Amino acid sequence: MSSSPAAPAAAPGRGLPALLAAAFVACALLVVLGVWTHGRMPALASRHGASIDAVIRYLLVATGILFLLGHGVLAFFVLRYAGAGERGSPHASARTEWRWALVPVLVMCVLSEGGVLIVGLPAFRQLYVDTPADPWVVEIVGKQFEWLVHYPGADGKFGESRAELVSDARNPLGLDKKDPNVADDVWTRGQLRLPVGRPVLIRLRALDVIHSFTVPEFRVKQDLIPGFLGRTQFEPTRAGKFEIACAELCGLGHYRMRGFIEVQEQSEVDAWLSDQDPAF
Amino acid sequence: MAERSGSGVLSAPAAHAGHAGAHPAPRGFLRRYVFSTDHKVIGLQYLVTAMLMALVGGGLAALIRVQVAWPTLAVVSPETYLSVVTMHGTIMVFFVVSLALVSGFGNFLIPLQIGARDMAYPLLNALSYWTIVPGCLLMLLAFFVEGGAAAAGWTAYPPLSALAEAVPGSGLGQTLWLLAMALFIASFTMGGLNYITTILNCRAKGMTLMRMPLSVWMFFVSAVLGVLAFPPLTAAALMLLGDRHLGTSFFLPGGLVFGEEVLAHEGGTPLLFQHLFWFLGHPEVYVIVLPAVGIAFDVIAAHARRPPFGYRISVWATLLIAFLSMIVWGHHMYVSGMNPLVGEYFSIATVSITAPFSVLGINLIASLWRAKIRFTTAMVFALGIISVIGTGGLGGLYLGTSTSDIYFHDSYFVVGHFHLMIGVVTLMGTFAACYHWFPKMFGRLMDERLGKLHFWLTYVPMMAVFVLMHYQGLSGMLRRYYDHSMYAFQAEGIELARVISYFAFAAIAGQLVFLVNFSWSALRGRKASENPWEATSMEWNTASPAPHGNFADDPVARRGPYEYAPPGSRQDFAPQWTA
Amino acid sequence: MGRALGAPISQGAMKPILLTLPFLALLGSRGLSIGPATAAPGDEPGTVRGKAAFQGEAPRRRKVDMGSDPACHALHEAEPLRDESILVDDKGGLANVFVYVSKGIDGKFTPPTEPAVLDQKGCCYVPHVLGMQVGQKLVIRNSDPVTHNVHSFAKKNKAFNQSQQSGGKELEHVFDKEEVLMQIKCDIHGWMSTYVGVVEHPFFAVTRADGSFEIPKLPPGEYTLTAKHEALGTQKTTLTVAAGGTVETSFSFAEQ
Repeated sequence: MSSSPAAPAAAPGRGLPALLAAAFVACALLVVLGVWTHGRMPALASRHGASIDAVIRYLLVATGILFLLGHGVLAFFVLRYAGAGERGSPHASARTEWRWALVPVLVMCVLSEGGVLIVGLPAFRQLYVDTPADPWVVEIVGKQFEWLVHYPGADGKFGESRAELVSDARNPLGLDKKDPNVADDVWTRGQLRLPVGRPVLIRLRALDVIHSFTVPEFRVKQDLIPGFLGRTQFEPTRAGKFEIACAELCGLGHYRMRGFIEVQEQSEVDAWLSDQDPAF
Repeated sequence: MAERSGSGVLSAPAAHAGHAGAHPAPRGFLRRYVFSTDHKVIGLQYLVTAMLMALVGGGLAALIRVQVAWPTLAVVSPETYLSVVTMHGTIMVFFVVSLALVSGFGNFLIPLQIGARDMAYPLLNALSYWTIVPGCLLMLLAFFVEGGAAAAGWTAYPPLSALAEAVPGSGLGQTLWLLAMALFIASFTMGGLNYITTILNCRAKGMTLMRMPLSVWMFFVSAVLGVLAFPPLTAAALMLLGDRHLGTSFFLPGGLVFGEEVLAHEGGTPLLFQHLFWFLGHPEVYVIVLPAVGIAFDVIAAHARRPPFGYRISVWATLLIAFLSMIVWGHHMYVSGMNPLVGEYFSIATVSITAPFSVLGINLIASLWRAKIRFTTAMVFALGIISVIGTGGLGGLYLGTSTSDIYFHDSYFVVGHFHLMIGVVTLMGTFAACYHWFPKMFGRLMDERLGKLHFWLTYVPMMAVFVLMHYQGLSGMLRRYYDHSMYAFQAEGIELARVISYFAFAAIAGQLVFLVNFSWSALRGRKASENPWEATSMEWNTASPAPHGNFADDPVARRGPYEYAPPGSRQDFAPQWTA
Repeated sequence: MGRALGAPISQGAMKPILLTLPFLALLGSRGLSIGPATAAPGDEPGTVRGKAAFQGEAPRRRKVDMGSDPACHALHEAEPLRDESILVDDKGGLANVFVYVSKGIDGKFTPPTEPAVLDQKGCCYVPHVLGMQVGQKLVIRNSDPVTHNVHSFAKKNKAFNQSQQSGGKELEHVFDKEEVLMQIKCDIHGWMSTYVGVVEHPFFAVTRADGSFEIPKLPPGEYTLTAKHEALGTQKTTLTVAAGGTVETSFSFAEQ
């Protein structure tokens, strides 16, 4: 079949290709520059967080280069091969094609698996695997829409809680008054005090729906799944005030499920604790 | 070249007997345009249905943007906001993108491109469409019931989605959501089976698998993925209905407390639902993204006047992606408390997808090498797809890597990332397909100037919107928040949210340009010849618009689908059907 | 709001009847249809009066920890609010017990036209226990500077869960079934709960700070009186009200 004389598609001069190429380049530059100048994470406040930041920095650099490269080539091709004209056969040999398949495969395997295993694994270990020595242990119970913080008290043992005993105003944790371990327990609504420079081990559970405990400065995020006893661990490295937010949609007050963290010297934390109302 | 006289989709030329899939041309308005079994009419019905649903989904998007950028206006209440977010996601993923791209263009293109006269099962095809219609209606109805539409997110995690006590939308609205999803899955599965059968059994003479255009390959892989991945979601939906209405406890553990009362459920786990959901959810991404990539390959070949770089390699890479996509669902659950070793496995498997996917990317870009690019609207959209895939794909690395995902999980980074991939890539794929194959639908061309305007109003604002969301995610902003202002670390992001909203409004306005162009061109557009783009694949071997029965004679594929600038020939292109 | 008095009788198990005036029982046909019992001659209504008491040492009232919402916390800067669940006065009187006639009333009663009002003030519900009639309108308002959500855990009536902005539009609900002590709470501020008793007639009361209550205008008859406390459970008693008479009764609660 012969071709129709003038395809309606004919190239409209150089304007459009130039504009497109400019758009691609601008997109790439703006993104990379934007991250450079405006990409900010909340100031780090935990030990393992440094490794998470390292992964993110690594990815920013690695993907940044690929991103610039890809858009650069795209823009160049768009400009270079716009419209008709002589430019040699476009057919590539099977060998060339395989070679150009191998290149991205190798690059991406090294780059992405390297990110996961070499750069990423250390932080993962600190967060999930290592057993902290002499940790500060606290329990956090998620409930629409509050973070109930449960301190085990001087005995270091959490009193038993039972769902049937839950009373929203008086005993939201459902603590069992008869359990001797309860006597020195303290609970608060969203007031979490942590000692600075000491590993923290947090037990996590939820009473109603899924919540997710997140503190961006600590680079910590862990779901609270009803029916499971979860945990998360980290070590605050500087004193200060931080906010707990919920990262998993939990209902109409999801956006208001805020808790407060104050990282202080151990002695200050202890003093504050002894000042709190006992559970009963 | 003389135009053939058939008036196509909207006409009824003579019956083509004696060919698999052929059936007499229907008579009467209803049989022809409404309860049609013609794959082209059904494809268009899907497309129009998706456009109507897109009006709703886009309106919801605008509402979201107003609320998050100007929270003090409180245009909606927090509970309504959750319904809006949930329905926006569900409608866009399943009832717009899946319908337009996979069901719409899949239906329209597959038989034409493989030289078949219709789908293998035309009646099943019609049934599939007429199953989705009540699905859409049920989904929309949910806005008007007590408690409002479903509000547990498009992921519908229990217990939130299982218990009416948990959120108002988990009343009747959630039930309707589940029923609508069940209808969608039923429809989509019928469609997928039809695609697979048609592609395997109804190809024209000479149309070997390796002579199929990449778009058909990708529709094929997408259909296989869909058929494999959707049943677990069906199961999950039924189990969730059981938990909601029959007192079962698949997803509900003991000891749930609402209003000082312990629920009677016992023994289930919410994580089971997450596994079932994402076992579908992740392949679903590829179900809708791959066809867009296939369309980009087709469109780029036709308008760059050269065969796609690495056709065979792209096919193999696609198959590999499909396989990997089925074994990485757990990367949505890194912070759910899964065993860290399992998390590491999912992470290693997930980021390995970047290897075959970057092969597709390289092949798309290299398909421009030594090309003679014609900058049609279809082509600029296809070029835009390359840019967006690059951007969104690289962002995926931050989320697939389990360590960095701890920080980015459920932040705006995720929102930006998946909107680029399953929103912008797929929409631009749909648009490229519309501009490119419009002649086969209506025998006319879409307006190129409006088309270019549409492109700029799509690419620029949408990239701005979703790239900027990555910044918000980097700064710690969390998704599905009605109001970020009370958090010190999120309040700053509201300023950026306003900028994003302005871009979003521009993007939405840009889509109105498309709707105008589409409807105007369908009626008044410039008449198109049989093969206006001088393309090589089989669908151009028939009249514009394609008549009932598709081809005047039984077509034969005598060569590959992309013989542009054939070596050793002075011709610019050698169509598949020519000797 | 129609508050009524009834004529309850002794407490719990010991129901040996210190019945009151004899005549009453017979005058069978009691009020019906519209409005509380229309008094036939010699059928003037009686009153039940009584007191709820707490046995044992009153539990310590914890400070309400409003730290999770600084805006609420600021409202009680000077003096922190204390838990209102179990309020015992120095003589052992137990407040906030919902007392109502649970058996012995027939007929329909037109609900009062004035609504029952529930206010959110100081990040706290006022009143803490609210009695109202089936068909009566419940108006919920938010006088606080913060957003609340009003979440009813109705079991027999239709449950609801709505957010209400500071100074936002009043929410209105009507309950169509009897339901005693339906919890309404704010999930955003976990300490905020109120308990609503919805009954089909006007013969109910909430004990005052000293534990006393009064249900007036109760037609003569034999009744079961039920007292329910949000945390301390339910007590019942039967009693007979004579025309124009007053019956005294009392309830005694203890921590379970």
